[in-house]
Amino acid sequence: MSKETRGQKHGGRGPMGGGMGMGMPVQKAKNFKGTLKRLIGYMAPRKYQLIAVLITAILSTVFSIVSPKIMGNATTKLFEGLMGKINRVPGASIDFTYIGDILLILAGLYIVSAAFSYLQQYIMAGVSQKIVFDMRAQVNDKLARLPLKYFDGRTHGEILSRVTNDIDNISTTLQQSLTQLITSIITIIGVIVMMLTISPLLTLITVITLPLSFLVTIMIAKRSQVYFAGQQKSLGELNGHVEEMYTGHRIVKAFGREEKSLAKFEEINEGLYRSGWRAQFISGIIMPLMSFITNIGYVLVCVVGGVLVTKKSIEIGDIQAFIQYARQFGQPIAQTANIANIIQSTIASAERVFEVLDEEEEVPEVAKPTLVNEPKGFVKFEHVKFGYKADEVLIEDMNIDVLPGQTIAIVGPTGAGKTTLINLLMRFYEINDGKITIDGVDIRDMKRGDLRGMFGMVLQDTWLFNGTIRDNIAYGREGASEHEIIRAAKAAHADFFIRTLPDGYNTVLNEEASNISQGQKQLLTIARAILADPAILILDEATSSVDTRTEVYIQRAMKELMNGRTSFVIAHRLSTIRDADLILVMNHGTVIEQGNHDELIAQGGFYADLYNSQFTGKSIS
Amino acid sequence: MLKLFRFLKPFWLPIVFVLMLVFLQSLSELYLPTLMADIVDTGIVNGDTNYIMRIGGFMLLVAAGGGLCAITASYLSARVASGYGRQLRSRVFKHVENFSLQEFDKIGTASLITRTTNDITQVQTVLVMILRMMVMAPMMCIGGLIMAISKDAHLTWVLAVVIPILALAIFAVASRGIPLFKAMQKKLDRLNLVLREGLTGIRVIRSFNRINFEKERFRDANADLTNTAIRVNRIMAFLMPVMMIVMNFSSIAIIWFGSRRIDTGHMAVGDLMAFLQYAMQIMFSLLMVSMMFVLIPRASASAARINEVLDMKPEIEDPAQGRSTDGRRGYIEFNDVTFSYPGAEQPALSNLSFRAAPGQVTAIIGGTGSGKSTLLSLMPRFYDVDSGAVVIDGVDVKQLTQSELRSKIGFVPQKAVLFTGTIAENIRYGKEDATDEEVRHAAAIAQASDFIGEMTDGYDSLIAQGGTNVSGGQKQRLAIARALVRRPEIYLFDDSFSALDFKTDAKLRAALRGETTESTVLIVAQRVSTVMDADQIIVLEEGRIAGIGTHRELLDTSDVYREIVSSQLSEEEIA
Repeated sequence: MSKETRGQKHGGRGPMGGGMGMGMPVQKAKNFKGTLKRLIGYMAPRKYQLIAVLITAILSTVFSIVSPKIMGNATTKLFEGLMGKINRVPGASIDFTYIGDILLILAGLYIVSAAFSYLQQYIMAGVSQKIVFDMRAQVNDKLARLPLKYFDGRTHGEILSRVTNDIDNISTTLQQSLTQLITSIITIIGVIVMMLTISPLLTLITVITLPLSFLVTIMIAKRSQVYFAGQQKSLGELNGHVEEMYTGHRIVKAFGREEKSLAKFEEINEGLYRSGWRAQFISGIIMPLMSFITNIGYVLVCVVGGVLVTKKSIEIGDIQAFIQYARQFGQPIAQTANIANIIQSTIASAERVFEVLDEEEEVPEVAKPTLVNEPKGFVKFEHVKFGYKADEVLIEDMNIDVLPGQTIAIVGPTGAGKTTLINLLMRFYEINDGKITIDGVDIRDMKRGDLRGMFGMVLQDTWLFNGTIRDNIAYGREGASEHEIIRAAKAAHADFFIRTLPDGYNTVLNEEASNISQGQKQLLTIARAILADPAILILDEATSSVDTRTEVYIQRAMKELMNGRTSFVIAHRLSTIRDADLILVMNHGTVIEQGNHDELIAQGGFYADLYNSQFTGKSIS
Repeated sequence: MLKLFRFLKPFWLPIVFVLMLVFLQSLSELYLPTLMADIVDTGIVNGDTNYIMRIGGFMLLVAAGGGLCAITASYLSARVASGYGRQLRSRVFKHVENFSLQEFDKIGTASLITRTTNDITQVQTVLVMILRMMVMAPMMCIGGLIMAISKDAHLTWVLAVVIPILALAIFAVASRGIPLFKAMQKKLDRLNLVLREGLTGIRVIRSFNRINFEKERFRDANADLTNTAIRVNRIMAFLMPVMMIVMNFSSIAIIWFGSRRIDTGHMAVGDLMAFLQYAMQIMFSLLMVSMMFVLIPRASASAARINEVLDMKPEIEDPAQGRSTDGRRGYIEFNDVTFSYPGAEQPALSNLSFRAAPGQVTAIIGGTGSGKSTLLSLMPRFYDVDSGAVVIDGVDVKQLTQSELRSKIGFVPQKAVLFTGTIAENIRYGKEDATDEEVRHAAAIAQASDFIGEMTDGYDSLIAQGGTNVSGGQKQRLAIARALVRRPEIYLFDDSFSALDFKTDAKLRAALRGETTESTVLIVAQRVSTVMDADQIIVLEEGRIAGIGTHRELLDTSDVYREIVSSQLSEEEIA
């Protein structure tokens, strides 16, 4: 049952862990061999357990394979006795002692086989889950060492799916498919051997059906792939349309386009139906066809076997055993065909996981890092050159010199690349040339942790985690006392609203932190920054989505926070900009002008233009 | 789940056929061992090769017939299930299209999407399973029992003992395993959450130097999940061996007791062999049935979610007889309007009254949650008022048909939404038959011509789903052009300039002024500079009008307005 419940999560596997999913297109790995080798590398440390799994699997299968033949002996004895009676052979009777002995042996075999099979599953559960545990931990550790470049270039969904879905896929395969593969192969070999010992002729008949079933599977799978691909495509279109129409519901309504949207939906839906039922049908006939082929084998065994018994060349019990073998035969073959697909998709998953593990890491820290004790807040950019891509230089020869306690306003239109500066200051990205120093020390000579510890950040997209408000504020500094937390909250004007919440500081923020308002979230992040007590601040002034009252609080809290610290402010408010010691005007990713307000106005450049158009609104019309 | 199956009605005929075919297929499967018994008991015992061949040929026919039935059943069930899915999807989508925003708020857009897509697929998959396998299981089980009894009624008592044991074993393992599976899913979600938080907050985590703390959180979640997974799999490890033991011991029992009966002449050897096979078939079908208990709860959760959507009645409906307006164009009147969101303790808007006329610009300003966007949504009747009335061109909006009402309005939402298609198509969304000239003109006014011109395909450039290939500011400008091309009586701008840089914002407003001389314009804004020049400014606070008048008047009369202004502008600009 475990197989069925888990199978559904993976698109590539049918709910039956077999038959149903056959014919679905499978994702293929680019480098199958290399990835497989590497995956096996993960199993190496647990090779003894794996060998144990292998041995138990072999034993349990062998015992279960031998039993039909032994059971056949019982039937033969029974039949002999019976025939003797019918033919009135003197003293003939059914030898119950013999049959009883055989049945006892069988019972023993079954118990041993089941015990080994349980043992095998039991060991494998531990092994596979631990392998996967290691893998997950490894990927997570790796993510911590990757530069921000990696995360900015990918969607969260993509990264998440590698750590969860792909690894989960590997886990299922290790837990189930691997042992299944082992047992299937042993079963096939064992059954053939057993059948040969009974009757080579009957074996030949049974084996003849083999290529036939393979052929049928392959042919159907090929055909159904076309329809499955079509179905997948239609489903994608349908999901896309639904998503668009629902998220744009207001617009669809406002512009009265319901009919059009419905018509398009029906069209896609129809396409989905057309490819859907065909895919469904074709993959659905694999099972009946296979069982028909098995039945042909069954009939042939009955007939030929029957004739052979009449000719006394084999025993009746052998036919019974044979029928059981022939039945056992079909299942592992179907399974191996399916497992081939599963293994392919697993290797593809493993490859995606390994890709993450192989990503280039952050530039290593210097061997002897310099520690800035009691940082003062001198910040200097000297001839800094930077571009997100090697061939696209954004910042060329940037020089700024900031003294402790100064405020630097960063202004410019949205999308002008204001976050670039933050990325460089905190060394989220590496500069191409020049250097950035803090208190005279090149930031590349510091430990990243020490460098970032000097900064406090309050951004507009507030990041809080699923935990209590207390824990979220305490995030600013490890080991902060209750008293310090409350003091920070008070300084951030957050104490009041926190106390109005039903659980106060113990209120748990939900997953999207939607149980407090945007403005309140920002106050919490300010409290967090206050608690961290950094030398240098990076602030993002709120533009919208905060109500006026809260905004006043935020402003006050920010002012308090900025007092005596070097502050970089992504500014929207005129007063902040005008009071700044230095204004960096950014456009198209680069700093185009710098100076204080009066200097820049006098320059009559981009800033002057910007200033006039925003705050007077009259110069252009 | 069952409730959803009422939609299966149109498919009753093919379903009956499927049932019949599956029944025939089961019969053929069950008939084969009987024929085999004949081969043994008649053919072999008498040494009659001809008889064996004849029966063998017959068996082949039976097998082929069974296969044919199965294939036809598969064909029909594929059509039924897919057709059912198509119909259900269409029904849900059509229903949701009629929802007002109220219903969207209640269920949530993301959840509605899942319900229309994944949940229906889930139900459809289960329907296929049911039609293909579940239906067969009870038939096999009952048919197998009948055949077994007909072969030898006395021996069936073995089954009477074994089947309950088997059922009990399945139940024992499943009842321990299933809760653990659920727990495992929760722990997987927890792991995902920790991971997602780590990704979204990566800058914060790194800047606060809390990488190790996050690693610890992840490790805990990971270990928790792993331990549960190991426990689940170890419990599940019982299932197959236990099944096998029960099945095998039952065959031992059948042989033992069967041979006694053969000895006494109550049974033939071939019958015993057939009986063994029936027993296996019955037990396998029990296994199938047990799978139903795993599949159905999952599908019924999906079904319940779909039903919830279908049972929801849209609250806003067109009047039976739509009235038409009195010929005036662009007159808006709010008469003592009060509105609350469902379930809210306090009204979002209380006792609102104001008027707006063509050629006028009315600006609405106030903090978040003060009700600005809500006010705008009442005009296209996205929501219905609790009391009072919204009157447009002399008619209460409740008495107009929704399509007539909305044809008067050009709406630009706070969050610009574009659709897949070309830029021109997106602009034409406002007016289907707009000429190229009109499209270009609208784009020009919206300050969009420049960036459209810079694109390689100009107006034929494709917008990706969700408009991800254009910037926020460009999206807003296209959304504005879409409203402009309509040349409506009333423009509603819901904070629609927020993503524009100052320069573009100013240019756009200047160009708009020329375009909207005969229309009524309502602008929701955050920036004082955007609203300063409006003919009337409505200051909202907590859903009430805190002041109404021009910039100058409000500076004198409204404290709230002054507070907002002083937070944004310096002294000299206020004057």
